[in-house]
Amino acid sequence: MVNWLNQVFLFLDSFAFIVLAALGLAIIFGIMGIINLAHGEFILVGAYSTTLAVTKLGLPLVVAMVVGAFATAIFGLLVERVIISGAFPNWLAQRTIGRDIVEPLYDRLADSMVATFGLSLIMIQGARIIFGNSMDQIATPFGNVSYGSFSYSTYRIVLAGVSIGILAAVYYLFTRTDYGMRARATIQDETTARALGVDTERTYMATFAIGSGVAGLAGALFAPIAPMQPTMGSDYLVEAFVAVVVGGSSAVLGTALSGGLLGAIQAMFSSTYGTFFGRIALLVTAILALRFLPDGITGFIERVRTRRQEAK
Amino acid sequence: MSVSESGPNRSVITRLRDRLEGPNTIGNSKMFWAGFGVALLALLVFPVFGNAQQFSLFLVLALLGLSLSLVWGYSGVLSFGQVAFFGIGGYTFGVVSINFATPQGITGAVIVGILAGAIGAALLGYFMFYGGVRDVYVTIITLVTVMVLHTFMAQTAGSEWTIGEAALGGFNGMPRIPLLTLGFEGLSFQFLYNDILLTVPGMGIVELDPFYYLALAILVITYLGLRVLVNSDYGRVMVAIREDETRTQLFGYNVIQVKFVAFTLGGALAGLSGVLYAARNVFIDPTVFTLLFATLPVIWVSVGGRKSLLGAIVATIAIEYIRVSMEGELALVLLGALLTVTILVLPGGFVPWVYRMVQKRTNPADIDGRETPDASTEVTDS
Repeated sequence: MVNWLNQVFLFLDSFAFIVLAALGLAIIFGIMGIINLAHGEFILVGAYSTTLAVTKLGLPLVVAMVVGAFATAIFGLLVERVIISGAFPNWLAQRTIGRDIVEPLYDRLADSMVATFGLSLIMIQGARIIFGNSMDQIATPFGNVSYGSFSYSTYRIVLAGVSIGILAAVYYLFTRTDYGMRARATIQDETTARALGVDTERTYMATFAIGSGVAGLAGALFAPIAPMQPTMGSDYLVEAFVAVVVGGSSAVLGTALSGGLLGAIQAMFSSTYGTFFGRIALLVTAILALRFLPDGITGFIERVRTRRQEAK
Repeated sequence: MSVSESGPNRSVITRLRDRLEGPNTIGNSKMFWAGFGVALLALLVFPVFGNAQQFSLFLVLALLGLSLSLVWGYSGVLSFGQVAFFGIGGYTFGVVSINFATPQGITGAVIVGILAGAIGAALLGYFMFYGGVRDVYVTIITLVTVMVLHTFMAQTAGSEWTIGEAALGGFNGMPRIPLLTLGFEGLSFQFLYNDILLTVPGMGIVELDPFYYLALAILVITYLGLRVLVNSDYGRVMVAIREDETRTQLFGYNVIQVKFVAFTLGGALAGLSGVLYAARNVFIDPTVFTLLFATLPVIWVSVGGRKSLLGAIVATIAIEYIRVSMEGELALVLLGALLTVTILVLPGGFVPWVYRMVQKRTNPADIDGRETPDASTEVTDS
């Protein structure tokens, strides 16, 4: 019984971790066709600004988390203007040499990976220069629950609930609001969307800012439990990356399903063979999933649905 | 081109140049080969003046850069996992050479290491290309493969992870790899820690590092060999796949097989590079499988110009030299900025851009039409 409960907690923990780490990346990948290799460092921005808001400004934790998410969203907006769309360098170039020098990185997957990896190098080393090799951590709230010989941090269980809440909020944003409709129109067919009056450039800007904000929120939520180091982002990147491609192009549903699948596999192997093999099992699952479901889980669902409709 | 006169009177050099030149490489002029000769001469005498022991590392890594240029720049398959085959080659070399520490054994270990890189790439390539994995998913699978290897090698500290005499050693790595000795019992030469003494007039006795010359020779031979390959008919098909995969398939080429072969060949080259890396350091550890190290080849090749073999070599040596000599805090910041700015402003890379500039300045009329056609000016049907 106790062992079974432990398994459930391990699963919830993995699930929350994967969903929170992946969702921001999934939004940016699904809508803009950008693979943001600096995603882990966006999480770092959220975590650091939350920690600083608590330790330096003395804000209550919940307020500090909102500050962390907003700070990352604004940072993401800057990155979008300078690097992803090249709007700012082009504005400068227009005024000095009279022509554009940067082509936007939208839908240039390989180039976007390389450019954002450069950004992540700058951010990791920048964090190290400014804040040093580690930072004071804020205390984990809520204490522990204990059962049998195990005890478990309550905060981590709360995180699982929060991650489902965030999934629901993002789902609402993309399916029930005007912005969500414009964003989905832009993914489907950018040219037509623009012809129908959608300001696609603004949609991209907003999407990148929202994706960054969600990444920052993940960092804010992990701030009380993760070690605050300049390299902390890389702990999230791989899992996020894997969850996004296993999930497929539908940001919310894909992240939820792949978080469930990968979380279950990681929890199962970690409890039997140790954390190292849990991670290896997760990665091997991802490789196999990509080989057999190249469009991810949601792509597979889509295919099955289309086939059923045709059969009718 | 004016040199390729037809008929039996063509000299050996002209015929050789014909094989080495074509639309897929930059540098198809007498000027280029003169410059190539000067650069080679400079590299040959470099150990007299500079730190050859350090420089040999850059030459070894340039091989890794070349392997990615072949796979990504020429076949259009962005492998984020070239270091997987590099590491497999290095580790295999270590295990085999520790167990058979005789000249034959070590020579064999070099070959087995290269084969291990090739087999690793072939297995992964077969799984991906024949399974219909395409585009960015290939990139992600190769990246995840590196992560699997890193996680796996990091936990091999226990004594159960010992192959014969060789302990894999987890995070601590595998020390005591034998010195690189090629040949067989009775006729062998040790390339590491075996200075050649040479008397230079005016400078006295100079110590030369044979490993440096071995690495240089392998690099030059590989570069010329790859030039022949990418300018051959097979190379043209590779480039066609890079530019438009569907169209190449419709012309009847076996796209999957070509990508598979190029990927395997790239794996063998990366394996060779890994073997030389492990031999040079007499040590290898799981840092060869980290995300930062996995990204370095992509950085070298993008900055240098991925559609150019020469670009890969020049950028690898330059960037690694900068990285090693700038031990300061700002080194990684500058490297990251260099990478991002290059991708944004010069997506084609530095070396082709410099080459175009030089060509325009020296001889504006002599754009001889054998250079790579610019893909974006082609008519596309999308």
